[in-house]
Amino acid sequence: MHIFANPARFLSIARPLTPWLGWGGALLIALALIPGLFLTPSDYLQGESVRIMYVHVPAAWLGMAGWSGIAVSSLMQLIWRHPLAAVAARAIAVPGALFTGLCLVSGSLWGRPTWGTYWEWDGRLTSMLILFFLYLAYIALSSAGAERGSNDRISAIFGVVGAANIPIIHYSVEWWRTLHQGQSIGLGGSKIDPSLLWPLLVSTLGFSLLFAAIVLMRMRAMLAEAKIEARLKRMTAE
Amino acid sequence: MAIKAKNQRLVLALLALVALVGAALLAMSALKDQAAYFYTPSDAKKDHVDVGRAVRLGGMVQKGSIQRLADGVTINFVVTDNVETVPVRFQGIVPDLFKEDSGVVAEGSFQPDGSFVATNILAKHDERYMPPQVSMKNPAMHESESLKK
Repeated sequence: MHIFANPARFLSIARPLTPWLGWGGALLIALALIPGLFLTPSDYLQGESVRIMYVHVPAAWLGMAGWSGIAVSSLMQLIWRHPLAAVAARAIAVPGALFTGLCLVSGSLWGRPTWGTYWEWDGRLTSMLILFFLYLAYIALSSAGAERGSNDRISAIFGVVGAANIPIIHYSVEWWRTLHQGQSIGLGGSKIDPSLLWPLLVSTLGFSLLFAAIVLMRMRAMLAEAKIEARLKRMTAE
Repeated sequence: MAIKAKNQRLVLALLALVALVGAALLAMSALKDQAAYFYTPSDAKKDHVDVGRAVRLGGMVQKGSIQRLADGVTINFVVTDNVETVPVRFQGIVPDLFKEDSGVVAEGSFQPDGSFVATNILAKHDERYMPPQVSMKNPAMHESESLKK
């Protein structure tokens, strides 16, 4: 990981990688959602509304994976003082919040036809809403930190502490009785029939690649911004 | 022997992480009973839930227990956790997924006679997803994990 800490080397890899990830992700999403929304079979119990899963599950996964990424980057920033780690954490926050929001909205729209309610304060739904609020707080804190300078340790500590919510979200359906159902896919195999499972996996991979492309784009934009600022400072000093 | 600053930070960060996760797990296990979203019939009996208090009762709709009364809006059914059962009465519209031998969460209160009057009915489904043809054929998909709890 250390070799990527150099911004110049990072840029030389990130620049050509971004379009591959972005277009690859878009292609996989299309390959999953066109059959998933129109062609694959419906569910024996829920009927057509099961198709919301192909957006809801990738969104939930990216919301949680996003914060895990923020936590790992924050740890690297705190321990090794990698300047790029703080940039990575800040770049993840906005798409992470976006996908968490998408998970909440799609879940709410799914809950009405199946459970009979848009929202209930059960363990899974509440902990996911808390993740969304954590993202908003992180975005506010880290953009304020970026104004103060590159040595922003407060948002890094917040990023690590907030990670405590991730296992809580994951285990909420096991620890507590919830309205939300338990895990469908675990170490013991899948409780989703293969004909419904493959669009889910392809769509999750596709959205993940797209997420990575967005993060790389945001990181490059942030590095470019920092460069411009440094150049302007030098010009005014001359 | 001098310890490098970054190694010191690594050790401190790992210790902080262990403490943090430990604290979160302890807090959550303490919450275990309070954070439950509904009472099962067994819990409701064990905890002597007060008559008239607004609570949620969850479990399976007992097979063959749904009765629709002649007025067209009232239904009676029995919630079971395979140990205890509670008869429930509800007036209103139930979700499409409300079925016999399927999960249910009823919001309402217990009556003096031990029955439950619901003001709202939610359906709880399990972690299985499959096409209708498969649900008939594949016995491996018949076991529901999450609703057994």
